[in-house]
Amino acid sequence: MRLAQPKQIMIMFFMPRPGPRGYSFATLARQAATGHAGWRPAWRTPALREAYDFVIVGGGGHGLATAYYLARHHGARSVAVLEKGWIGGGNTGRNTTIVRSNYKLEINQRFYDYSLGLWETLTRELNFNVMFSPRGVLFLAHSDSDMNALAERGDAMRLRGIDAELLSLGDVRRFAPILDCSPQARFPIHGGLLQRRAGTARHDAVAWGYARAADALGVDIIQNCAVTGFDIAGGRTIAVRTTQGRVAAGRIGVVVAGASSTVMAMAGLRLPIETHLLQAFVSEPVKPMVHSVLLSGAVHCYLSQTDKGEIVLGGDLDFYPSVSQRGGLHRIEQVAAQAIAMVPALGRLRMQRAWAGAMDMTMDGAPIIGATPIEGLYLNGGWCYGGFKATPASGYTFAHTLATGAPHPLNAPYSLDRFARGATIDEAGAGPTPHLH
Amino acid sequence: MMVIPCPHCGPRTEIEFVFGRALEAAHAHDDPAAMMRRANPAGWTAEVWRHIHGCGAWIVVERNTATHAVKGTRLPEVPAP
Repeated sequence: MRLAQPKQIMIMFFMPRPGPRGYSFATLARQAATGHAGWRPAWRTPALREAYDFVIVGGGGHGLATAYYLARHHGARSVAVLEKGWIGGGNTGRNTTIVRSNYKLEINQRFYDYSLGLWETLTRELNFNVMFSPRGVLFLAHSDSDMNALAERGDAMRLRGIDAELLSLGDVRRFAPILDCSPQARFPIHGGLLQRRAGTARHDAVAWGYARAADALGVDIIQNCAVTGFDIAGGRTIAVRTTQGRVAAGRIGVVVAGASSTVMAMAGLRLPIETHLLQAFVSEPVKPMVHSVLLSGAVHCYLSQTDKGEIVLGGDLDFYPSVSQRGGLHRIEQVAAQAIAMVPALGRLRMQRAWAGAMDMTMDGAPIIGATPIEGLYLNGGWCYGGFKATPASGYTFAHTLATGAPHPLNAPYSLDRFARGATIDEAGAGPTPHLH
Repeated sequence: MMVIPCPHCGPRTEIEFVFGRALEAAHAHDDPAAMMRRANPAGWTAEVWRHIHGCGAWIVVERNTATHAVKGTRLPEVPAP
C-alpha cells in the first residue's frame, strides 16, 4: 500500500476543494452525539420543470456524472436527470466494481487511464467516500502464448506511461499465495500482468456521490420518470416526452446502459448494439483471503473480495441477446468451477446472491459517446463489459460533448459514425460479432 | 433455462445450443451497413441458433428477449444454388 507523503497531506488539507461539503469526521461526531437525528437527504426531490438546457436520460453512474461535470466544468445551471426507476438501480448496481486501465489499443488506454486518474481523487472531489481501493488487478497467463500476449499488452501500456508489471510464476505465487500455482492445476499458471494502480470501488457510492454533488450544483434529479418519446422537428429534437409530462430540452443526452436500442428506437434510430446478459454473484462473507482482483482471460473468470468479506465472481456473457436481467444457472456453475480451479480454497463457500445486468455489446467492443444523426440528441452507451470503471471519464467527456456540441479528444474516436466509416476500435479483434468482444 | 424445440430432435434445454446471430444479420450479406445495425428488440425476435450438442443443424428460433419465452423453431430457408 502506498502511503501519502507529508507534503501530499498538507496539500490535501489546505487545497480549496470543489463539490459539496458537509460530510466530515466532525459532522459524524456531532451526529453521533445527537443520536443521528440531524441527517438530511443527500439530494432534493424536485418537480420536473417544463424546460431545461440539458436533459440527461438515465440516472445511473454515467448519467449522474455527466450532469455533475456539466454543472461543475461548463457552468450549466439548467440540467435534469430523468431516471425510470431509482438512481443507480440499473447496471451501476449490477457490476463487479473493477476499475482498471490495462488496455492495448491507444484510444482505449488514453480514455480508461484518464478515468483511472479521476477515480484516484473522486472521493475528495465529491466529498463522498467512493471507497476506491487500488489493490491491484492481476491478469493471469496459462500458456506461453498467453504470456507473450500479456507482455505485449504490458509493453503497450508502459509506452503510454501506464503502470504494468509482468510477473513470473514465482512473482504470482508471492503476490497472490491463494492461487493454485502448482503444475497440477486445472489451468496451470505461467505468470501474469499486474496493474497496481487498478482495483475496486463501491458501486452504489459512485451514483450517490455524483447525485449529491450534482444536486448541490442545482441539477434536478427526477426519479420514477420514464421517457416515452422524443419530439423531433426539422431533424432536431426539441422535447422529451415522459411519464411525468413533456419537457423541452436544448440538448438531450441518452445514457441508459442496456436500454440504448429501445430508447433510441423512439427517435427512429437503429444502433450497432446487441444487448446480452452478464451474470455475477457473491459468496457469504469470510475473513480477508483475496487481497487484489484476480482475473483470467483464458478461462474468463474474475474475482475479488469486498470490504464486507464477500467474494465477488463474474465470467462470460450468457451468449444470447436478452434484456431480462436473469441468466441461466449453468453459467454460474461454469464460473464457479473456473474460480475454484484458480483458487481451490473457494470450494467450500456458499453463494449468497446472483444477478444479471443487461450489457449493450457494440460491434467492435468499444463504447459510443457522441452525436447522432438527429441534431440535439446525443448517445452515451454500448459499454460492453467495461462500463463501471469508465464512469468518471464517461461523464467528463459526455458533459464536454453536450456543452460544446463537439467531442472531447478522449471520446472523439468513440463516435457513432465510426462503424459506417470503418474506423472500428476492436480491442479483441472479434469483428461485428457483439457477444464475442 | 430455456427449452428450445429442435425441429429434428424435439425439446432440448438451451445448453445443447449455441446462439449464432440475429436473423436480420444472417440475411445482411447484400447490405454491409445492415451487418453493423440491429433492431435489438426488448421482446420478440428471430435468431439463428445451432444445435451443436444434438443434430448439429442451424435452426431459426423465435424467442422473447425480455421473458425468455420460446414461440417456436423452424429450419432456415436455404436459397437454391
